[in-house]
Amino acid sequence: MNDMTPEDRKSALKGMGTSRKRVEDARFTQGKGNYVDDIKLPGMLFGDFVRSPYAHARVTSVRKDTAMALPGVIAVLTAEDLAPLGLHWMPTLAGDKQMVLADGKVLYQGQEVAFVVAENRYIAADAVELVEVEYEELPVVTNPFKAMDADAPTLREDIAGKMDGAHGPRKHNNHIFTWEQGDKEATESVLSGADVVAEEMIYYHRTHPCPLETCGSVASMDKVNGKLTLYGTFQAPHAVRTVASLISGIAEHNIRVISPDIGGGFGNKVGVYPGYVCSIVASIVTGKPVKWVEDRMDNLMTTAFARDYHMHGKISATTDGKITGLWCHTTADHGGFDACADPTKFPAGFMNICTGSYDIPVAYLAVDGVYTNKAPGGVAYRCSFRVTEASYFIERMMDILAIKLDMDPVELRMKNFVRKDQFPYQSALGWEYDSGDYHTAMDKALKAVGYDNLRKEQAEKLAAFKAGESRSLMGIGTAFFTEIVGAGPVKNCDILGLGMFDSCEIRIHPTGSAIARLGTISQGQGHATTFAQILASEIGIPADDITLEEGDTDTAPYGLGTYGSRSTPVAGAATAMAGRKIRAKAQMIAAYLLEVHDDDVEFDIDRFVVKGAPERFKTMKEIAFAAYNQAIPGIEPGLEAVSYYDPPNMTYPFGAYICVMDVDVDTGVADIRSVYALDDCGTRINPMIIEGQVHGGLTEALAIAMGQEIAYDEMGNVKTGTLMDFFIPTAWETPNYITDHTTTPSPHHPIGAKGVGESPNVGGVSMFSNAVHDAFRPFGLTQSHMPHDHWRIWKTANQLGLHG
Amino acid sequence: MIPGSFDYHRPKSVAEATGLVARYGDTARVIAGGHSLIPMMKLRMTDLDHLVDLQDIGELRGISVNGQSVEIGAMTTQHELIASEVLTEVAPIITEAALQIADPQVRYMGTIGGNVANGDPGNDMPGLMQCLDATYTLSGPDGTRDVKARDFYEAAYFTAREEEEILTKIYFQANGAGYAYEKQKRKIGDYATAASAVLIAKEGDVCSFASIAMTNLADTPIYADAASSELVGSGLDQAAIDAAVAAAIDAIDPAEDNRGPIEFKKHVAGVILRRAIERAISRA
Ligand SMILES: Cc1cc2nc3c(=O)[nH]c(=O)nc-3n(C[C@H](O)[C@H](O)[C@H](O)COP(=O)(O)OP(=O)(O)OC[C@H]3O[C@@H](n4cnc5c(N)ncnc54)[C@H](O)[C@@H]3O)c2cc1C
Repeated sequence: MNDMTPEDRKSALKGMGTSRKRVEDARFTQGKGNYVDDIKLPGMLFGDFVRSPYAHARVTSVRKDTAMALPGVIAVLTAEDLAPLGLHWMPTLAGDKQMVLADGKVLYQGQEVAFVVAENRYIAADAVELVEVEYEELPVVTNPFKAMDADAPTLREDIAGKMDGAHGPRKHNNHIFTWEQGDKEATESVLSGADVVAEEMIYYHRTHPCPLETCGSVASMDKVNGKLTLYGTFQAPHAVRTVASLISGIAEHNIRVISPDIGGGFGNKVGVYPGYVCSIVASIVTGKPVKWVEDRMDNLMTTAFARDYHMHGKISATTDGKITGLWCHTTADHGGFDACADPTKFPAGFMNICTGSYDIPVAYLAVDGVYTNKAPGGVAYRCSFRVTEASYFIERMMDILAIKLDMDPVELRMKNFVRKDQFPYQSALGWEYDSGDYHTAMDKALKAVGYDNLRKEQAEKLAAFKAGESRSLMGIGTAFFTEIVGAGPVKNCDILGLGMFDSCEIRIHPTGSAIARLGTISQGQGHATTFAQILASEIGIPADDITLEEGDTDTAPYGLGTYGSRSTPVAGAATAMAGRKIRAKAQMIAAYLLEVHDDDVEFDIDRFVVKGAPERFKTMKEIAFAAYNQAIPGIEPGLEAVSYYDPPNMTYPFGAYICVMDVDVDTGVADIRSVYALDDCGTRINPMIIEGQVHGGLTEALAIAMGQEIAYDEMGNVKTGTLMDFFIPTAWETPNYITDHTTTPSPHHPIGAKGVGESPNVGGVSMFSNAVHDAFRPFGLTQSHMPHDHWRIWKTANQLGLHG
Repeated sequence: MIPGSFDYHRPKSVAEATGLVARYGDTARVIAGGHSLIPMMKLRMTDLDHLVDLQDIGELRGISVNGQSVEIGAMTTQHELIASEVLTEVAPIITEAALQIADPQVRYMGTIGGNVANGDPGNDMPGLMQCLDATYTLSGPDGTRDVKARDFYEAAYFTAREEEEILTKIYFQANGAGYAYEKQKRKIGDYATAASAVLIAKEGDVCSFASIAMTNLADTPIYADAASSELVGSGLDQAAIDAAVAAAIDAIDPAEDNRGPIEFKKHVAGVILRRAIERAISRA
């Protein structure tokens, strides 16, 4: 290493900025991953649920005898069996409680009624059919507005009449909370005196994260030593351990939670599900390990959905397009229980980022959460808490205002962007945006796509359409988003009272390699690759020589897990900070070895050198060895560090997205011609992984905007419970993506990184939807409902009179 | 998503297979590629005790082309249809249609016999076979009989096949007509929102032959006789095409589902059919 040039030494580290190949992929691409369903323990039993076919019904009886008589069936658990343990209900992350097994009634189709435990999953599946449940159907409410009618049936009888909820007063038995932000009076007065006001109802439909791997757990209670080991699809294993301890009464040190490889989460694996609880109880009852794994229909129908926000908006501006105020009232459909995964003080997540990238002087937001006969959830599906909803809201409102002002939507955005010199920027709804340069990003995007030429082409296509020469319309969709990620500062972000810090612990081995453990858990993001790169740059040990571990609560330091693009902003910062502690100690050791004062050595890529005499140095490898084999006066042996990082602020990634599509007005088919995505996520750790994250996020955005939904009929039946109807794009439906970037580091993050995994979903949904709307803009369309599948696009064309 | 338990049989001949089916009656089902049957079993929507697998019956496989006569064994996979050069030569509409079924993985397993015998209105082959005026050969305990594809479908999942009969082969006479199979679907691996199979032949500028069938637009495939009649004898001008499309829309009876409401499906059926007719004319 000593005769290498500095550049060579640097590239040997594969540190930050390197497109290092993902170290995880060797095992994933060879089918050698170790997922929950791969875990097989001796004597393991298998559990499966009897689920309600009805969306709202009283459960009048559950008869187990026939099922119990089937050979191989070990137990059938009902709410009655769990009640003595106090486990027939469980707390949700949102301060509500949820039935683990139906306690007298069911509130949504697919709700868990009984848990069958059998010797294998085949017997369990047979036994599920043999459990006889009697239901008495009740009137079903699937519309959150009707749920608030005075004479609507009360869904949650357990809290009927209890008008103080977890987030303040409730105004109806089906009401959960009202959350208000901003200045109502000032906003309403601005709106009433404004030159121009655009008003619209924006519905962001219910969808589902649908990770490739469904949810599951394996609980193993060792009755001899009293220890419970719980493997599961957990995006937050440490929080699961704490919650499991609190609700089961098992001391926390006697619970070990392990998240093995996770096959995608996207928010779906943040919550606590009845299956986890039932596998634990069943293991305690039977004394054997018990596995529960959902099938695809269970996953789509019952575990956490996303979105389902009805957002009523008003935006005001001067005649020349300067925005003066923003008003939003959201009706949030939470389903049968409030099981949203948001920081406690934010029952509607960070929906108050809905002023977006614009300098809006005054704003008001109110969100009413409502119970309906649908599955609970409300998770952040590849976005920070409710940020995709907020972004969709403002990005649609901007386009609608542009129509009203007869302005180009890009021009309106440019006119209202928060300017570079305004950062840190205080938003009207309470956030402090850390850094940004929106104009530069938008300009770069416009040039890259040749925006002016696209508009010209669009005008020509429109003329051809009007002349009857074509049946297709061209749409240009622009979105400029500001994400808010990295939850977050412990002073205002916690989940169930657990502060949302994160952690990293590093041990340097005597030979100069290392292991780092984090409180987060990768679900495909490539943490083992990127966090090693952060460390490589911070401590001068090659990334290839650093093992990274997450997900085992017995070994990893406590952390709040991975969701909301928080791993890099929070655990990534902890990693850098722990690395700096290592470096500080290494500096002292180096100084001792070089026989100079601590301040006379400085860090140089992979070594400490004597200032002014670079030929005198000690490499990190030498320093590591010395830490273990020499008695150094005043310095403890060993080279280890741990850091718990409480971020001072969130980070605010942003981006400019533009796509072009051709919409066939007769078939409703939208052909996506091009997608350009510019992301600014601050410092870029691994450009290749960023690109992969952007591709994945854009594809999920495409799915949501163009076809993916969880739809119910009036009886509360799920109409989209299989992948035949629930749209997951394949390579065939996925367009080619052009990615680009600007780099505006976060000023408060140790390495300036902001997080990127979810940005493409936040910006992408608006981009695709705006393109569809843009195609129809000349015919007077202001708003239509997503998803823009064939029949909905066709219906829009039909309603606009385009079918002659 | 786990089927109930069943016994598995793997006969070596059609006679053995029909014998098993006759013995176990309505508790038995034959399985071909399994790509319609297994999902139904996993959803526990099909209850059976005996599964009779046709994989090992060699006499059910293969494509033979003799001049314009085409014979396809029931167990021929959709992939094999696509890969067959002789078949593509005489009946390219089959290749064009098969390529629009599901995805390559499904097509490696799914068979033409299973596709036409299934009786699901979403299957593409039944309409195609009606368009080609194909005949199915059924073999049962009392011997074999032939049924025209155009007479085979009675309602969703109800066909002219008796429970103990096995569909052994499909045959038809190709005629070199211009062809097109046009299908609109939501994504790869999806059944049709609307699909149509069209064959058109011309003598000079006059249409001498036309055959039109529509898929997933009623509870059976629709052979649109009236639509074909509008074209035959015409100069294939706009008016004739309009009349054919109108007649076909008259003949279909789509149901509302996740693919869309009825009026949308009717509209799209018209667009798809028009495109198919135009493409068939261009190849006639
Ligand atoms: C994801 C997916 C997408 C699909 N998309 C399409 C599509 O777009 N278009 C399309 O047409 N199909 C589609 N299919 C269905 C696929 O083509 C099936 O393979 C086909 O419908 C049935 O053929 P099979 O050989 O798999 O039959 P099986 O599933 O084995 O059998 C189907 C039924 O026919 C009966 N049967 C089978 N063979 C015979 C026989 N020789 N005699 C009597 N009865 C018999 C069986 O008893 C059963 O009732 C799709 C399937 C999947 C899983």
